[in-house]
Amino acid sequence: MTRALLLPFVWLLDFVAYTGRAARFFVRLCGLGIASLRRPRLVVDQIHFIGNYSLSIILVSGLLIGFVLGLQGYYTLRRYGSEEALGVLVTLSLVRELGPVVTALLFAGRAGTSLTAEIGLMKAGEQIDAMEMMAVDPVARVLAPRFAAAVFAMPLLAALFSAFGVLGGYLVGVEMIGVDPGAFWSQMQSGVDWLDDVGNGVLKSIVFAFTVAFVSLFVGYEARPTPEGVARATTTTVVSSSLAILALDFILTALMFSST
Amino acid sequence: MAEFLALDSVRFGYGSRVILHDVSMRFERGKIVALIGGSGSGKTTILRLIGGKLRPQAGRVVFDGRDVHALGRHDLYRLRRRMGMLFQFGALFTDLDVFENVAFPLREHTDLPEEMIRDLVLLKLESVGLRGAARLAISQLSGGMARRVALARAIALDPPLIMYDEPFTGLDPVGVATIARLIRRLNDAVECASIVVSHDIEDTFAIADYVYLLAGGRVAASGTPDEMRASADPNVRQFLEARIDGPVAFHYQAKPLAADLGLPA
Repeated sequence: MTRALLLPFVWLLDFVAYTGRAARFFVRLCGLGIASLRRPRLVVDQIHFIGNYSLSIILVSGLLIGFVLGLQGYYTLRRYGSEEALGVLVTLSLVRELGPVVTALLFAGRAGTSLTAEIGLMKAGEQIDAMEMMAVDPVARVLAPRFAAAVFAMPLLAALFSAFGVLGGYLVGVEMIGVDPGAFWSQMQSGVDWLDDVGNGVLKSIVFAFTVAFVSLFVGYEARPTPEGVARATTTTVVSSSLAILALDFILTALMFSST
Repeated sequence: MAEFLALDSVRFGYGSRVILHDVSMRFERGKIVALIGGSGSGKTTILRLIGGKLRPQAGRVVFDGRDVHALGRHDLYRLRRRMGMLFQFGALFTDLDVFENVAFPLREHTDLPEEMIRDLVLLKLESVGLRGAARLAISQLSGGMARRVALARAIALDPPLIMYDEPFTGLDPVGVATIARLIRRLNDAVECASIVVSHDIEDTFAIADYVYLLAGGRVAASGTPDEMRASADPNVRQFLEARIDGPVAFHYQAKPLAADLGLPA
């Protein structure tokens, strides 16, 4: 009976301890991530690795989403006789929202799970322990370069996603449906602000990059070193990252675009 | 020769579950000390305590005059550079090849030029008979080869202490004999202190200078291999003769079976 009454407090204590550990880990990763730039080879290798993991899925997804935006945008704008605004609609949708958010979600599913599984399996195979026994800090040597690489790679991937999305919108809207190409590009140029739209989109993707990289690495590092533990950690990475991305997107959108 | 490593009245456990009670041990350079005992008797825990991966609830671990658990993170890492450890299944880095695995500690802890690292790695691999396998991927190695590569990596910085966690597990007889001979040869060549955790009585006794038998979280018996073989201690007899029951019970502690099955006592 007493045990049942105490259970909520035990959970609360566990939650507070877990949150505290996560916060300390995040601060440590940020510090060591910067320090890892002193060994650029490690970071560049990981950018290459993580970027390669995600590049094809990001480009294809960007193009397909651009196709859909082109079609849906055209059908909606045609009702109001504003087909020429297709360029600006596609571009704003991509650089403000879809580029950073969908890239982050795809990145979490593709590279994030891979990072979690890699770290979890290194734990299960005693590689993390071996590194510690060799007086090498695994967070500094293994996790921090991956963190820095993910933070660099994701905004670049988001930019490529948006660029391929615009290309997709152009192919469908201009080449397939016949929207005037001059209007498509000129409305885009005049309707998209570098700082307010592109800049805020880049800022969003940087925030999402920190989030996904941190969640993937922390969950992997905390995983139980068993097959079941690694499997569970991989799922947790996708679920937690996705929810965090969507929640942060709402908050950032409210802060960034409320006055426009 | 003066003791190089000592455990003084070490107690360790997880919560209320005690793993080690008041364990004291001595290790000297140039000697191979074997830790034997059943599964869960605390052998690997002792290695983790020596490496500072676990903290004792009471007692001290003194390595070359320094209390391991009184050190801060920085000093502990410096101390670990003087320890080599061979993990049960090698714990090799699967994203690196054989050469890079052995080079790893050298690259992390020294500023040696690349040519010197190359020479040192090839010499270490030569000492375990795998110079020709330098460019193989870890997935291409057999269990015995992986253990030898891990051994080459453990001795890369010529540590004065090498710990072997179940070095013979899962190896065929040739692999066991090879690893056993290498442990003895390396120990004699570099005059290091060697600690071998093992279940394999014959091969361990063949190379060990001294043996500690752990049972129930305590040092149940200790002595040279010959003294252990001659011992009448029931713990030693149970372990050496592989008796199912003895001082270490076959059944894990539980209430009576009848009570568990809901039958009248």
